[in-house]
Amino acid sequence: MTENGLLQIGLYFVTLVLLIKPLGSYMADVYDDAPHIFRPALKPVERLLYRIFGVKDDDDMSWKQYTASVLVFTLFGGILLYLQQRFQNHLPLNPQGFPAVSWDSSINTAVSFLTNTNWQGYGGESTMSYLTQMAGLAVHNFLSAATGMAVLAALIRGFTRRSAQTIGNFWVDLTRSTLYILLPLSIVFTLVLVSQGVVQNFKPYKTVPLMQKVTYDKPVVDSQGNPVKDASGKDKTEPAALTEQSLPGGPAASQIAIKQLGTNGGGFFNVNSAHPYENPTPLSNFLEALAILLIPAALCYTFGKMIGDTRQGWAVLITMFVILIPLLIFCYYAETADAPYVKGLGAAISSGGNMEGKEVRIGAANSALWAAVTTAASNGSVNAMHDSFSPLGGLVPMFLIQLGEIIFGGVGSGLYGMIIFVVIAVFVAGLMVGRTPEYLGKKIEAFEMKMAALVILIPAVCVLLGTGAAVVLKDGIAGIANPGPHGFSEILYAFSSCANNNGSAFAGLSVNTPFYNILLAIVMIAGRFGVIVPVLAVAGSLAQKKYVPVGSGTLPTHTPLFIVFLIGIIIIVGALTFLPAISLGPVAEHVIAAK
Amino acid sequence: MAVIKTSIVSLAVFTILLGVVYPLAMTGVSQLIFPSRANGSIIERNGKAVGSALIGQPFSAPNYFWGRPSATTPYPYNAGSSSGSNLGQNNPELHKALADRIATLKAADPENAAPIPVDLITASGSGLDPHISPEAALYQVRRIARHRGLSEAAVASLVDNHKEPQQWGIFGEPVVNVLRLNLALDELGVK
Repeated sequence: MTENGLLQIGLYFVTLVLLIKPLGSYMADVYDDAPHIFRPALKPVERLLYRIFGVKDDDDMSWKQYTASVLVFTLFGGILLYLQQRFQNHLPLNPQGFPAVSWDSSINTAVSFLTNTNWQGYGGESTMSYLTQMAGLAVHNFLSAATGMAVLAALIRGFTRRSAQTIGNFWVDLTRSTLYILLPLSIVFTLVLVSQGVVQNFKPYKTVPLMQKVTYDKPVVDSQGNPVKDASGKDKTEPAALTEQSLPGGPAASQIAIKQLGTNGGGFFNVNSAHPYENPTPLSNFLEALAILLIPAALCYTFGKMIGDTRQGWAVLITMFVILIPLLIFCYYAETADAPYVKGLGAAISSGGNMEGKEVRIGAANSALWAAVTTAASNGSVNAMHDSFSPLGGLVPMFLIQLGEIIFGGVGSGLYGMIIFVVIAVFVAGLMVGRTPEYLGKKIEAFEMKMAALVILIPAVCVLLGTGAAVVLKDGIAGIANPGPHGFSEILYAFSSCANNNGSAFAGLSVNTPFYNILLAIVMIAGRFGVIVPVLAVAGSLAQKKYVPVGSGTLPTHTPLFIVFLIGIIIIVGALTFLPAISLGPVAEHVIAAK
Repeated sequence: MAVIKTSIVSLAVFTILLGVVYPLAMTGVSQLIFPSRANGSIIERNGKAVGSALIGQPFSAPNYFWGRPSATTPYPYNAGSSSGSNLGQNNPELHKALADRIATLKAADPENAAPIPVDLITASGSGLDPHISPEAALYQVRRIARHRGLSEAAVASLVDNHKEPQQWGIFGEPVVNVLRLNLALDELGVK
C-alpha cells in the first residue's frame, strides 16, 4: 500500500459523500413530482410519453398490478433483445459483418441485461454489431436500472402511504427514473468520457500498421470455420506473420456512461473497463468508479427525504460504508503484498504489487478500489481481471456479492434489499425484547417476515445449489481454467455473481456453453424476480397498514447502536450462509499457497 | 390486456429514444468537439496512421522498448479480441510464463542486475496496455542503447521526456507510452 494509493481512495469517498445530498434530494423531488431543475423543460416530454403509452400518471396500481407491469415489460424486453441478437446479421450498423449470436448465448445475454446483471459470456468487440450494442444492450442498461429504481420508489411508498391500496404507477416511476435521472447524467458523463479518449463513432474497425512484424502460430480451420485437430488431438496450427493491427470502434462512450451509472456493468469490449478504449485515463477511471456508487449512495438520501426523516437514510448509508471500507482496504493490502509466486522465481522483482491482469495506468490501488465498489454495488464492470487477484484479494469481491448486493447494491435494488435487512434486524430486536417490531411507523408482522425470508433465501439457494450442480456435472467442470481450489472459486464466483445480479466474473471460466448459458440465465431470473416480487408484496402490505406513532417502546433505527446491530445481522447472515463454500475456495487456496 | 400494449409501445419508444436518438446525438457532438479522441486517438506521421496512443503494439526486437506481456489470442496485442490471461496466482502455468519472461529479459541483457519491474513480466488486464511504468522503461535502456549504438544517456533522456506523471498530480500511476517512445526512438535516426 502506498500513501498516494490511500489518498486516491480517500479522495474517492470524499467526492462521493459530497454528491450524495444534492443528487439524493433531486431524485426525491423527481419521484414526488415536486419542482426541480429539469421539470419545466422535460415535463411536456414526460406527458407526451404517457399519452403515447396510454397511461394516466395519477392512475395508481395495487402491488399486484405493479408486479405484473414489471414482469410483462421485462418479458417483452427480453424477447426483443433476443431477436436483436439472433437477427443482427440482417440488420444495419454491422460493419464487421458479425453473424447471428448463438441461441443459448442470446438467451443468456437477454436475461443478463434485462435483470441488470450484465453477465457476459461473449466478447463485445468480436460478437455484437453496433446496432445490437446501442439499440439493444444499452437500452436495457437504462430500463433495467430504471425498473430497479421504480421498485424502490414503490417500496418507499409502502412506508409513506397509510391505509392505502396502491403503491404508485410503474410506468410513471420508470419514465421519471429514465428521463430525469439516468439520461441527463449519462449525457454529461458520455462527453466527459469521450474527452478522455473513449471512442464514440460508427466507423468500421481501423487498420493500422504494426511497427514490428509479429510471427505467431495461427490455428488451422476447415472450410466451415471449425478448428482442425492434429493426430494427438490438439488444435493444429501453422506459422503466420502479421503486419497490421485492427482497432475497434463503435458508439462506446454513450453505452459505457449508462453501464457505470445504472449499476449494469456490461462492457462494450471484452475486458470491460480494463480496455484502454473503455477506460483510457486515470481520470476516466476515477469518474467511472465514482459513477458506480453515485446513484445507489444518493438513493439512501432520497429514501430519507421521501419518508420525511433523513436520519434513516444516513443510518443505512453509514452501515454500507462501515462494511465496505475495511473490506476494500483489505483487498488493496492483499493486492500489494508480495505474492508467493514472486518468491519462487529466483530473480529480484520490483515490488509493484500483483500486476497480472492489471493495467499500468490504473495500478493496484485503483484496481482494488474498483473491485470492491463494483461488487458492493451490483455493477460488475471490472478494470482488472478478478481471476488473477490473490486468493484473499479475490475473496473480497466474492464476499461483497454474497452479502446479497445490499452494500450499496444495484440502483434501487440495493436499497430495497437493504431495507429488507433493516426489517429483519428490527424483527430480531423485537424478539429479543418481546415487543411488536415496527419500522418507520409500520408494524412488521408475519407476512413481511415471510417475504423477507424469501428475499434472503432465494439468491442464497441459487448460489449454493448452482455451484453444487456445476461441480459434480461434467459440463460444469469442463469450463474450469485454473487448477485446484481456484477452479472451484471460479464456479462459486459465477453463481454468486449471477444469483445476485452482479455480473463480474472470475473470467477464466469458459461459460459460453449451453450448460452455463442456460443454468446461469435461470439463476439470474430467480435472483432478480425472486427478490422483486416479495419486495413489492411487502410494499403492498405495508401501504395497507395504519401509521403507528413513535412511542416509548419504539426501537430507534437511526442510532449508532442500531447501526452496529444491523451490521451484525448482515455479516452473520452472509457469513453463515457462505463460509463453508468460501473455505473450500479462496481460503483453501491461500492456505495451500502460504505453505 | 392494457399492460401488454403499454409494454410494447413503451419498449418501442424507449428503444428509439435511448437506443437511436441518444447514441446518435452523442456521436454527433463527440465528433464535433473531440474528433480525434472519439475516433480512437490515432497517432499520425506524415499524414499516415501509425497506431493508436491508447492501444499497445507488440514489440520483441531487442532494439525496441518492450511493453506488457499480452494474453490475447492467437497473437499478442490483438485489438480485435481483448483479453487478460485469467491465470490464478497459484497456477503453475502462470509461474512458468513468469519464469520464461524473466529468462528472455535476462538473455537479452545478461549484465543487468537491477530488479525486474513486475509490469514487464505480468500480462496486462486488456492484453492491449499501451503503457509500462517508468522503471520498466529505464530497465531496458542499456539493451536498447547497445543495439542502436546510442549512448545510455541519450536513451535515458528520451525515456525521461516520455514520462507521463500522475494525471492532475494525483490520479493513477506514472506511465510511459511504449508506442510513442519507440516512434521517437526510430526518429532519433540510428537503427
